[in-house]
Amino acid sequence: MAEIEALMHGFAVALSLKNVAFMFVGIILGVIIGVLPGLGGANGVAILLPLTFSMAQSPGGTTTAIILLSCIYWGALFGGAITSILFNIPGEPWSVATTFDGYPLAQQGRAGAALTAAFTSSFVGALIAVIVITFLSPIVASFALEFGPPEFFAVYLLTFCAFVGMSKEPPFKTIASMMIGFALAAVGTDPVTGALRLTFGTEKLLNGFDFLVAVIGLFGIGEILLTLEEGLEFKGARAKLSLGVVLETWKELPRYWMTSLRAAAVGCFMGIVPGGATPASFMSYGVARRFSRDGDKFGSGQVEGVVAPETAAHAAGTSALLPMLTLGVPGSPTAAVLLGGLLIWGLQPGPLLFVEQKDFVWGLIASMYLGNIAGLIVVLTCVPAFAAILRIPFSVIAPIIVVICAIGSYTVHNSIFDVWMMVVFGVAGYLLKKLSYPLAPMVLAIVLGDRAEAAFRQAMLVSQGDLRVFFSNALVGTMTGLALVLLVWPLVTWLLSRSRASA
Amino acid sequence: MSRPAFRYKSAETAVAALFFLLGLLVMWDSARLGARWAEDGPQAGYFPFYIGLFICVASAVNFAGGLRLKGEANRTFVQTGQLTLVLAVLVPAAIYVALIGWLGIYITSAVFIAFFMRWLGKYAWWKVAVVSIGTSAVFYLVFEIWFLVPLPKGPLEEVLGLG
Repeated sequence: MAEIEALMHGFAVALSLKNVAFMFVGIILGVIIGVLPGLGGANGVAILLPLTFSMAQSPGGTTTAIILLSCIYWGALFGGAITSILFNIPGEPWSVATTFDGYPLAQQGRAGAALTAAFTSSFVGALIAVIVITFLSPIVASFALEFGPPEFFAVYLLTFCAFVGMSKEPPFKTIASMMIGFALAAVGTDPVTGALRLTFGTEKLLNGFDFLVAVIGLFGIGEILLTLEEGLEFKGARAKLSLGVVLETWKELPRYWMTSLRAAAVGCFMGIVPGGATPASFMSYGVARRFSRDGDKFGSGQVEGVVAPETAAHAAGTSALLPMLTLGVPGSPTAAVLLGGLLIWGLQPGPLLFVEQKDFVWGLIASMYLGNIAGLIVVLTCVPAFAAILRIPFSVIAPIIVVICAIGSYTVHNSIFDVWMMVVFGVAGYLLKKLSYPLAPMVLAIVLGDRAEAAFRQAMLVSQGDLRVFFSNALVGTMTGLALVLLVWPLVTWLLSRSRASA
Repeated sequence: MSRPAFRYKSAETAVAALFFLLGLLVMWDSARLGARWAEDGPQAGYFPFYIGLFICVASAVNFAGGLRLKGEANRTFVQTGQLTLVLAVLVPAAIYVALIGWLGIYITSAVFIAFFMRWLGKYAWWKVAVVSIGTSAVFYLVFEIWFLVPLPKGPLEEVLGLG
C-alpha cells in the first residue's frame, strides 16, 4: 500500500517537536476563535494567514504553517459545539443543529454528557473523513493529472451548480451572491490581455479585491453586527466535565454507531461535493430523527441528536480539504482561505501537489489525524476555561474583535483601503445574511473566479468557441451534465411539489 | 424601542435593486472593453459580461420576489432599537478606520475599545484604561516584536521612539 507508506512518512514530518507545538497552539487558538462571536474558522484563519508569511519561508516552513492554520480550523469546528450546548448560541453556522438537542440536555443538567458526545462524535466524524482523504485523494489526484482546461472548467461548474442545487437558500439568491463574487474577482487587471476591468480609473482597484478582506468583513464584522441585534447579554449553563461523566457517556455512545456512520457518510459526501458543513449537519440531524427509535423525542435532549449533526459537520469540514488539495477547488470558505494560503506561500494546489510536494501533502494529512486527537484532548480538559471566555461582556469583546479584524485586513497588503473594504463587506455581510443570501458561494467565487475564467477561455480557444467541448468526452460530459442537473434541481423539486399540491 | 425600522419588503427590494445596478455596471464596463469573440479568442469583457447579465437576471427575480411579500410575510427586518445598536457600532467603527491613517492603529484601537466600554458597558475608568491600553500593548508586542509585521503608526509612536 503506497498510501500507508506515504502516510508513515507524513507522520515522521508532522511529529517534529515544532510541528506538534504549533498543532496545540493552533487547536487552542481555533477553539477560542470558534467560541468568540464574530470570529470563526474562515475569518480566523484569514486574519492569522499574514502572520505565516515569514514562517513559510524557512525550509519545511510551509508544512508548519499549514499545520498551524488547519489546526485552527479543527479547533474552530470543536469550539462551535461549546457555545451551542452551553449558551444556545451557535458559535458557527454548522453547530446550529447541535443546539436542538444539546441545549435542552444542558438545561437538564446533562451539559457534561452533551459536550462529551459532541466532542467525541466530532472526532469520529473527522477521523472517518481523514481516512477517506488518505485513500481517496491520491486516486483523485492521479486522475486529475490528465485534466485539461475543459475538465477543470467542468469541475468549477459542478462546484458552483452544487451550491445552487443543494443550498437551502433560494436558488436565485444563491446565483446572485455567486455572480457578485465572480464580478468582484474580475476587478483589476485581466490576466490574459492585461486590460483593466471594472476599475473605473481608480488606482486602488488595480489589484482587485482580496478575498481575505472579503472573508474578514463578511463573516467577522457582519457577524458582530448580527450578534449586536440580539442585545449585549449572554446567559449560559455551567460547564463541568468530570472524568466520570466522560467515561459514562463513552459507554453510551457505541449504541449510536449506525447514526454516526450515516452522519459521517452524509458529511463526507457534502464536504467533497461543496455542500459544506452547515447543510450536512442539518441533513444528518433530519436523517437521524427519521431513522432513530427515539425519533419523536428529538429536540427534547437526546444524546443521539447531538451525535448526528456533530459527526456530519466535522466529516464535511474535514473532507472539504480533499477537493482543495487534489483539484485546487475548495469545498468550504475555510478551505478556500487555506487554498489562498497555499497560493501565497508559492504552492500550486492541484494534482501536481501530490507529485512535487510529497512532504507537504502527507505531512498535512498526518497532522489531520494528530490534530484531531490533540483537539479532543484539549477540549475535553479545558471546557470550563473556554466557556469562561463567553462570560466576558460583549461591550468589551466586540470592540476587541473589530480591532482584530481591522489589523487582519490591514496586514494582508499593508493597505488602509483594505480596512475600508472590510467595513463595506461587513455591512454587506450583515444585510445579505439577514436576507438569506448565502455567503459561501460568494467567497468561493472570489477565490476561484480568475481560474474558472482562465479554464473557460483556454477551453474555448482550443475549441474555437464551440461550447460542445464541454461534452466532448465521457468524463467532461458527465461532469457538465451533472452540473446542469444540479442547476435545475430546485426547479424540479418546485414543479414536483406544485403538481403534488394540485393533485 | 421595538417599532420596525424597516420591513422585509423594503430590504429585499432595495438589495435586489442595488445588485441589479451593479450587474448593469459590470455589463456596461465589459461591453466597453469588448465582450465579443475576436480573432484570437474571447475578448477581455467576454466572461464578465455574462456574469453581469446573470446578476441582472437573478436580481430581477429577487426583486419580484421581494415585491410579492405582503401582510404576514412582510416581517420586520430590523427594529429601531436594534438598528440603533448596530449603528452604535458601525459609526464608531467607521470613524476608527478613518483615524487609523493619521494616528496609527495602536492609539485609535485603544480609544475605540475605551469608548465602547465606557459608553455601552458603563465600566469604571480604571477598568477601561487597563483593558484598552493593555490590548494595544499586547498587539504591539505580538505584531511588531514577535511576528515582525509592522502596523500603521502615528505621531505618538514617533515621540516614544517606537516608530
